[in-house]
Amino acid sequence: MTVAAAAPPASPPRDDKRWRQVDVRIRRLGARPDALIEVLHTVQEVFGYLDDDALSYVSEALGVPPSRVLGVATFYSHFVRKPQGEHTCVVCMGTACYINGAGAILSRIHDTLGIDAGGTTPDGQISLLRARCLGACSMAPAVVIDDEVHGRLSPDGVQQMLEAL
Amino acid sequence: MTEAGTPTPARRRRQESLIPAGPVRASAHVCMAAGCLSMQADTVFDSLCERVTARGLTDVAVKRVGCLGLCAAGPLVAVPEMGRMYDHVAAGDDAALDGVVDGLAGGEGGRQTATDPFFSHQVKVVLEHCGQIDPERVEDYVAVGGYESLTKAVTTMTPAEVLGEVSRSGIRGRGGAGYPTGLKWTTVAKTDSPQGKYVVCNGDEGDPGAFMDRSVLESSPQQVLEGMAIAGYAVGANHGYVYVRAEYPLAVKRLTTAIRQAEHAGLLGPRIADTSFGFDVEIRIGAGAFVCGEETALIASIEGGRGTPRPRPPYPAASGLWGKPTLINNVETLASIPAIIGRGAEWYSAIGSGKSLGTKVFALAGSVVNTGLIEVPLGLTLREIVFDIGGGLPGGGKFKAVQTGGPSGGCMPESLLDMSVDYESLAQAGSIMGSGGMIVMDDGTCMVDVAKFFMDFCREESCGKCVPCRVGTTQMYHLLDRITRGLASRDELGELESLAGMVRDTSLCGLGQGSPNPVVSTLRYFRDEYMAHIDDHVCPAGVCKMEPREAALAAGEVAP
Repeated sequence: MTVAAAAPPASPPRDDKRWRQVDVRIRRLGARPDALIEVLHTVQEVFGYLDDDALSYVSEALGVPPSRVLGVATFYSHFVRKPQGEHTCVVCMGTACYINGAGAILSRIHDTLGIDAGGTTPDGQISLLRARCLGACSMAPAVVIDDEVHGRLSPDGVQQMLEAL
Repeated sequence: MTEAGTPTPARRRRQESLIPAGPVRASAHVCMAAGCLSMQADTVFDSLCERVTARGLTDVAVKRVGCLGLCAAGPLVAVPEMGRMYDHVAAGDDAALDGVVDGLAGGEGGRQTATDPFFSHQVKVVLEHCGQIDPERVEDYVAVGGYESLTKAVTTMTPAEVLGEVSRSGIRGRGGAGYPTGLKWTTVAKTDSPQGKYVVCNGDEGDPGAFMDRSVLESSPQQVLEGMAIAGYAVGANHGYVYVRAEYPLAVKRLTTAIRQAEHAGLLGPRIADTSFGFDVEIRIGAGAFVCGEETALIASIEGGRGTPRPRPPYPAASGLWGKPTLINNVETLASIPAIIGRGAEWYSAIGSGKSLGTKVFALAGSVVNTGLIEVPLGLTLREIVFDIGGGLPGGGKFKAVQTGGPSGGCMPESLLDMSVDYESLAQAGSIMGSGGMIVMDDGTCMVDVAKFFMDFCREESCGKCVPCRVGTTQMYHLLDRITRGLASRDELGELESLAGMVRDTSLCGLGQGSPNPVVSTLRYFRDEYMAHIDDHVCPAGVCKMEPREAALAAGEVAP
């Protein structure tokens, strides 16, 4: 089923000024159905994650069936459906990092914080993510803590940095 | 699973390159590629600008450039006028910073990097301008001859002549499969399409351990755009898309800037070089799906859908984006085009060997001294790449294997070190050229574990559309997992081998078809390691944790 492109403009799900940024982006992309991924990127940049209300809104605004919006949002691993923690820790799991001990770093975080990749500590402080490859292979194993890349790390080093957050 | 990419550099006021009004005697090129940037190269740049100004050096420039290649020794600063490079110029390291400034002033100071043999064995075509120009200034690219090839093509050559030049150069697709580029272009050119055609640049570099495309996009984005425009002219397309991974925010940013600047300067857009040919480019950002590197999946993703591949034919050359004829080339392939048109097919085809002509960019990583980005003529041996250019293994480690081609590639053992690196030799040895990641492994690496690592990757990245890939990779992972835990029998190894053949032969796209390669190649060259896990319950490299036999028996995990 296709929704007519001439449908009246959908209203944002919440009375939140941040939606204006999303609306500007949608308008700039001509509200075309093929702009779906671009718009989802914008929603995630603005709100940090994609909740059901956001997906419904995007569905109406672009005239894309909700099933397809959900399908795309769950297909790509970059999109997250849950709010993220205060801090993020990304462990690179590229080949160079893997053979240099990235697995030991992940299990140390699991042992100390009790979370696996994709999880957030119960207090909402730290989210653990893993990356396929950051291209920081020369500094393997690499970990990104709050947007800062750290290289040649040991499990102890990562644990200390996370405890210092 | 959630994934993330490299962080966007903190928003800061961008300090312009320091360029003197008069003649320049020496210039400091500060590497601003992701590797050096993550070691605070931007702070290094600021400090150098301050020091040069403070010392009153009025004939010295300080420039922000792209990748200088030797990532292992970053942050890097080059002074091309003196043929020098300074390594480990860390932010806040006063001695190192003063050394560079002293060198710029004419002195001999500073910790200089030996250029031989890391740089002297290389031939730079794709990376010619990487580290020479400021990637965020189109003027810099034009100053080194940028867009001259595009102008030459549209004003002095017919599209057929451009096709002929590319065909005669012998260049083959640098994204992995090695399909002759000229043939691909000719097919798209021949297909009639009154509603238009498209040129797509595939920058969805998903292979772990590969960062060539990213470095090119971050270091010389205009070169890729020029290559796309030449391709558009040759095949009859006026619109292009660059598909870049979301994990590469810096590449996206620099590409966005590059497109805006090129359009503003009239180098892209309508009526290029006052001819009737026009070409514009849009960026599409991926969202973390390895399968989108496959061309039909990439098309589905650009159209805004789930990135799942479809059967070919029809090939994108006949029916691609929005059902129109579409030329899809890898970043590195397109970045080679301006040089081929500018200097001619004969010049290009004189580089390389046999059926593999030209140069190839490789990302060297793993247990090797000189990790970084290199460009070499095809046909060098693995030994020359790993030991001469790469400097061998650190700390005198013992070489075990080099992995090429990522999750669809294979592991080459010591006995193949003298093999020539070209498309045919690699295929014969059970690997592929792939996009160009090369990971060196020492004897502390377990080859079964490496095979399991790649299978885990393929299993998670399988889009799920076809059964052999979706189910087969999971089953193979399961079997490999049992081997690494010391639970598998010889029968299960046989099962793994027959599954590998089935998945290779029956999967829909390259992801599934190539997924058994790491298993097959490690079985071919390191079978004794598999047998040690199975028969002796020992991991020779000491990586895998074997489970006690009695407990496994009791839990019914192994047959008595």
